[in-house]
Amino acid sequence: MTIGRSNFLRVVGAAGAALALGIESAPPEALAGQTFSPVAWVRMSPDGLTTVMMSQSEMGQAITTGLAMLVAEELDVPFSTVRFEMAPVDPKFYNPVSHEMSTGGSKSTPTLTPVMRLAGATARAMIVAAGAQTWNVDPKTCTTSDGIVTGPAGQTAKFTALLDLAATLPIPDAKTIVLKTPDRFKLIGTRQRRLDLVPKTNGTAVYGIDVKVPGMKYASIEKPLQIGGTIATFDAAAALKMPGVRSVFRVPSGIAVVADNTWAAFQGRKALKVTYTAGPNAGVSTASIYGKARELVKTDGAVIKSVGDAKAAIAAGKPIVANYETPYLAHAPMEPMNTTADVRADRVTLWSPTQAPTRAQAAAAKITGLPLEAVFVNTTFLGGGFGRRSETDFVADAVHVSKAAGVPIKLVWTREDDIRNDPYRAGTIHALSATLAADGRIDAYRHTVANSSIAARTRPASIKNGVDMAVNRGTGDFAYAIGKQLVDYHLLDVAIPVGYWRAPLTNANTFATESFIDEVAHAAGKDPVAYRLSMIEPGSRAAAVLQRAAKLAAWGSPLPKGHAHGVAMARWDEGWVATIAEVSMKAGKLKVHKLTASVDVGMPINIEGIEQQVPSAMIYGLSAALTGKITFADGVPQQKNFTDYPVLHMADSPKFVVDIVRNLESPMGAGEIGTPCVAPALANAIFALNGKRIRTLPLNDALA
Amino acid sequence: MVKLSINGKSHQLDVPAEMPLLWAIRDVVGLTGTKFGCGIAACGACTVHVDGVAVRSCTLPVAAAVGKRVTTIEGLAPIDKPHPVQVAWVAENVPQCGYCQSGQIMTAAALLAQKPKPTDADIDVTMTNICRCGCYPRIKSAIKKAAGIA
Repeated sequence: MTIGRSNFLRVVGAAGAALALGIESAPPEALAGQTFSPVAWVRMSPDGLTTVMMSQSEMGQAITTGLAMLVAEELDVPFSTVRFEMAPVDPKFYNPVSHEMSTGGSKSTPTLTPVMRLAGATARAMIVAAGAQTWNVDPKTCTTSDGIVTGPAGQTAKFTALLDLAATLPIPDAKTIVLKTPDRFKLIGTRQRRLDLVPKTNGTAVYGIDVKVPGMKYASIEKPLQIGGTIATFDAAAALKMPGVRSVFRVPSGIAVVADNTWAAFQGRKALKVTYTAGPNAGVSTASIYGKARELVKTDGAVIKSVGDAKAAIAAGKPIVANYETPYLAHAPMEPMNTTADVRADRVTLWSPTQAPTRAQAAAAKITGLPLEAVFVNTTFLGGGFGRRSETDFVADAVHVSKAAGVPIKLVWTREDDIRNDPYRAGTIHALSATLAADGRIDAYRHTVANSSIAARTRPASIKNGVDMAVNRGTGDFAYAIGKQLVDYHLLDVAIPVGYWRAPLTNANTFATESFIDEVAHAAGKDPVAYRLSMIEPGSRAAAVLQRAAKLAAWGSPLPKGHAHGVAMARWDEGWVATIAEVSMKAGKLKVHKLTASVDVGMPINIEGIEQQVPSAMIYGLSAALTGKITFADGVPQQKNFTDYPVLHMADSPKFVVDIVRNLESPMGAGEIGTPCVAPALANAIFALNGKRIRTLPLNDALA
Repeated sequence: MVKLSINGKSHQLDVPAEMPLLWAIRDVVGLTGTKFGCGIAACGACTVHVDGVAVRSCTLPVAAAVGKRVTTIEGLAPIDKPHPVQVAWVAENVPQCGYCQSGQIMTAAALLAQKPKPTDADIDVTMTNICRCGCYPRIKSAIKKAAGIA
């Protein structure tokens, strides 16, 4: 049997939207001659459809629409003729920066915009060359528009009529390809609906949990309650008597129950009798973690940023001092973790809602001892990701069970498994202090952070001098010109895994930074917006978003009685966001009326996508700010479902106003930038409302 | 054997009477548009219609659906003639990850069948389905559009 691209998802969008999941019977070579595919990313067929191959996982962020727009822009075809298809794991689709296929950190847009534009432009150049050859004219004298080449004498040819000839021409060197100048953009910067829109309204979109393959059994794994603990013994006698339960056996993460359907597997788990062995988190509680961190931030940490001698200035002055704390948070995407695996002697096939197909492939290869090339990954739609699905634990579970069971397995976690076995957003402790100059501006500033490192688990080699920079975004990367600054960091060594979340630690750090800046502004007797602007370079991108948000929210103008505004701003990569919250309190309960955000994500590609993502990220931040917390007792997470880990409902969803800066700076992802400012903007609004300074999250706990 | 009527079609299912309707629909009948989200009727991803009423199928035993009309997202409307709520969902570009949308649409369709011109308060009280992508503003707009009150 040849090992090639075997099974994959095909999505067609827009007009004829439908989605099929199937076994590709014809090998890709059989398609040659029928399609024009000068570069791996683009396939054009004689029926006029262009298929863009997607290396990036679609988890709601509409990256598949954005990347397809970039190809269509340079290719010069109508967007209504463009579809996308999830790419198999293949080095051809590896990211030029990360050298893998993974989706996270808002990196898809910045890293792939040049790639997709070049892909579209290369295909276009070859079609133009084909037209020019047909008419015996110089390609430079030909133009294109909406899938038609026009020659110098007004000759026209549809792209589809030129595909066969184009396929015989040499692929031009990338250096010879000229991209469109922005004045000629037809798609970039416009408003396009999602390509996956229709399948997501009629139940036909296929998520990981929907996969069904011949001979498949269902499985679920009973896991230890204590994080890092193990199941010592298990008695499966009762479970094996449950209707539909086929087998019960141990796998590395717990006790697997294989059954005829998901529910039978869940029921089998309930019937298991298990005993536990405690692990490294025995005795670990929220109090013990934070107690340790509170001591750490009293001491000097590893230096993240140092400008002048802030420590001496603060020691010699009368500093404003405040400590902030944020809780651990779960991701809780709507689709519980799952993967379908078919482990054979010579190959593994995965169907997974993964954010990281190459990592899923590597995990399966490691477990089975097979080479990477023998692991085929079909990336399905993801029912939310938020960083959770960049992990491989749920993939490994499926591979282990299928390997032992000898049949294809759909492995499904319960919601309880998801909330309790999450690489959480780390809880954080912050000690801040500042002294003021005579004019009220900050003279010296110090921020000492303690949190658990993500990289310590995922990429230990990236930790330099005790610093994980990934968890320090939102601390020293602000826009404020402060003469003396010290940001230092303590790596909090707790054996509870922490992971990437939506704008992971930027959220926690921005809550501390921007709440404290607000405290300082009030201590200096200044308006919080004006105070920030007084420390930001005039005319900068940072200043622009703050000014625009303030104007849009009518900052400083009278609000309805009992309402107040709060502001926060943050950097996200090279982009900026400013958020203004309008809140009121009634009978001790916080009501969020409106969130206004101005975002600069560089050159905006799909306005509609950004307008979806910014409120989306703000709602995610709002759930966390209001009620989000995971607590621990004896190493056991104390929350388990949406009842005790509540998230925002429609009734509590405020009005959103989103302002997108139009510029030609390098484009960036917009899926995370909305999140970081929500909590500090709310806390600052509460202070403006009633003078109560909230320094711990979630806000509803602090207000109770 | 349990006899169920799903999307106008009769099914004889060899499942325990206490199996939640969700799993009978998804794993046994094979209609996967209805989603599993929480298993405790807290999120609404599993919403279907039972005799026209929106029901969270993850906690409803199949026995309770016997003799009733079960409608899933696949049976809400023919795929080429979408329900007005689905049309509005497309017009408002509602979904993001899309996972909760079957449940959202089924809840909204049942609401409009009962209250063709719902108030904002009606919508807020009824639409308690969770969306982690935060599609709420667009969901609300789409419901109003479908109701002709946008």
